[in-house]
Amino acid sequence: MRAVIAEDLFLLRDGLTRLLQAHGMQVIAAVDNGAALLAAVIADRPDVAIVDVRLPPTFTDEGLRAALAARRAVPGLPVLVLSQYVEQIYARELLAGGAGGIGYLLKDRVLDGAQFADAVRRVAGGGTAMDPEVIARLVDRSSADGALATLSPREREVLGLMAEGRSNAAIAARLFITERAVAKHTASIFLRLGLQPSDDDNRRVLAVVAFLGR
Amino acid sequence: MDGRTGAPEQAPGHGRWSWIGEGAVAAARGAGLCGLAVAGSVLLLALLLPLFMTGLEIGLLVNGPGHWPVAQAVGERVLPLAGLAVSLLLYPAVLLAVRRLATVTRRLAGDWCAVPISDPYLNQLADGQSGYRARLRWLADPATRRDGQWLAVNTLGGWILAAAPAGLMVYGLLCLLGGSQGHPVVAPPPAFPGTGPLVLILLGAVFIAVGLWAGPRLLRGYGLLARWLLGPSGQAALALRVAHLAQTRADTIDTGAAQLRRIERDLHDGAQARLVAMGMTLDAADQVLGDNPAAARALLAEARESSVKALAELRALVRGVHPPVLADRGLAEAIRALVLDLPLRVHFASELLGRPPASIESAAYFAASELLANVTKHAHAGQAWVDLRHRDGTLRLGVSDDGCGGADPARGSGLAGIERRLAAFDGVLALSSPPGGPTVVNMEIPCALSSPKTSSC
Repeated sequence: MRAVIAEDLFLLRDGLTRLLQAHGMQVIAAVDNGAALLAAVIADRPDVAIVDVRLPPTFTDEGLRAALAARRAVPGLPVLVLSQYVEQIYARELLAGGAGGIGYLLKDRVLDGAQFADAVRRVAGGGTAMDPEVIARLVDRSSADGALATLSPREREVLGLMAEGRSNAAIAARLFITERAVAKHTASIFLRLGLQPSDDDNRRVLAVVAFLGR
Repeated sequence: MDGRTGAPEQAPGHGRWSWIGEGAVAAARGAGLCGLAVAGSVLLLALLLPLFMTGLEIGLLVNGPGHWPVAQAVGERVLPLAGLAVSLLLYPAVLLAVRRLATVTRRLAGDWCAVPISDPYLNQLADGQSGYRARLRWLADPATRRDGQWLAVNTLGGWILAAAPAGLMVYGLLCLLGGSQGHPVVAPPPAFPGTGPLVLILLGAVFIAVGLWAGPRLLRGYGLLARWLLGPSGQAALALRVAHLAQTRADTIDTGAAQLRRIERDLHDGAQARLVAMGMTLDAADQVLGDNPAAARALLAEARESSVKALAELRALVRGVHPPVLADRGLAEAIRALVLDLPLRVHFASELLGRPPASIESAAYFAASELLANVTKHAHAGQAWVDLRHRDGTLRLGVSDDGCGGADPARGSGLAGIERRLAAFDGVLALSSPPGGPTVVNMEIPCALSSPKTSSC
């Protein structure tokens, strides 16, 4: 798997590169600003781009804008955005297109190398990897309104784990229920959110979009 | 809430006959103000009494009692001296009464004449500081002298403006009465052609109509006259402004210092302590690495856990100091992010074409954050509304909910704290929260917007 990294702090850029290499991935470019990221993804067509939200020159949400621009330039490019803090509005902007291949994680998550590499692979495979901290706050308030209010607490829990990017098997293990029970919950979630039984993977993404995009 | 929020908006008159009602109300209010003027005249006499008595005494000393038959009759020099002593003893009470009367007049000028007048006094009595000398110190305040001047002007003729509406109407009524009885009850204006019943009735109607029509205008004139003397003079306004700035500056410095202390404590007890623990755990892992790799692994996991917690604490700290999304996207988006994290349905509307200065953004953000936290914690609300806009050089933020109401700024320090922080920017906060709800909080901060930054998408 070929990855591009955009991170302005040398220590983190270096660490990320080594981490991905240790998990069998190839880092074809490691850049320190948004413009270089855009050039790299257009030139090298990587399987995934890993982008820090805060990049020069503005040191605000430059990285997020660069990631969105990269996805416009290379449609379907899987992007994993890393940040020192997570905000729902940023998650929504990333998912606004309704397409998969989006990750949004706290930087802390790189401390668990294996899990992080797992998230990178899921995003590269077209799935989602939303940070549990975003999901936790969403689950807290999703009882307040919208179609999500019709979901049972258990279904909201399953949807949250789905948004984090977990497979049915992983969700089953986390919630101590059978995989068949998880499948039943996901079918019910899709039904209540009005998602047609087409491509299951895409439906999972759309459910997450519905979850975030109220 | 106070004078700085500006004049209350005049409700537009409804219907073509509303001026009659307004005129009648104005006449009644004018009569009330006349009553105040009478009380003021008495106070004016009391104010001048020591001067008068002193003059009397000096007159006696210079000219001898023979030229002062009245004083001679009631007891030579004892009376003026006694009068002087009594009036001096009572002087602080008189000063207090004058100030109370002026304060009532100011309030009525705002309520009745639509001319709000703000307080001009510099040396308000602090709590626990009272008594004779403190009151006499009021004499040093130019505003006290201006109060006295107002009493004089009001007594000498100002009251006529207030009395005119009722006077015109009473005169008109008396003319009508005369017309109905066939002979005039009061003398018609000089050079008036005839005193026939019809003429008198017509005259009465005209006077009443003029009184009704002119009532509110005359009252406004009276209010403006009162403001000329009872409002702060240019110098007093500056002095008040300086006092306000000194107060808010002290508050701001205190708040900043308290926040720095809190950050220092949080860092010391949180991230710093965790980093120390992490270093010790890593050292321990280093020592057992050769003999017991399993134990070393457990220690390393513990160190990693510490680093995660340290990061989480730093994140919470940064959020409390200056939320990154506020720096990234500005006030509207930051409040939108705030609203998204709340466990209730919040309708957010914003109209901001540009960004306020960073310090004001921060103050408004934390005010909104505090208010929304109150809504979640205390209001038992189903929904809330947040409205953010910039009009006429003022940033306005409204937060309302359909909860149980009964919020009281005096009880919790939250609202008072917001008010103090806003005051540093000349911002004000208005709260309406009757028991049973709804609660509506409006904030206004005067500021200019910078040109909008290029949008992200």
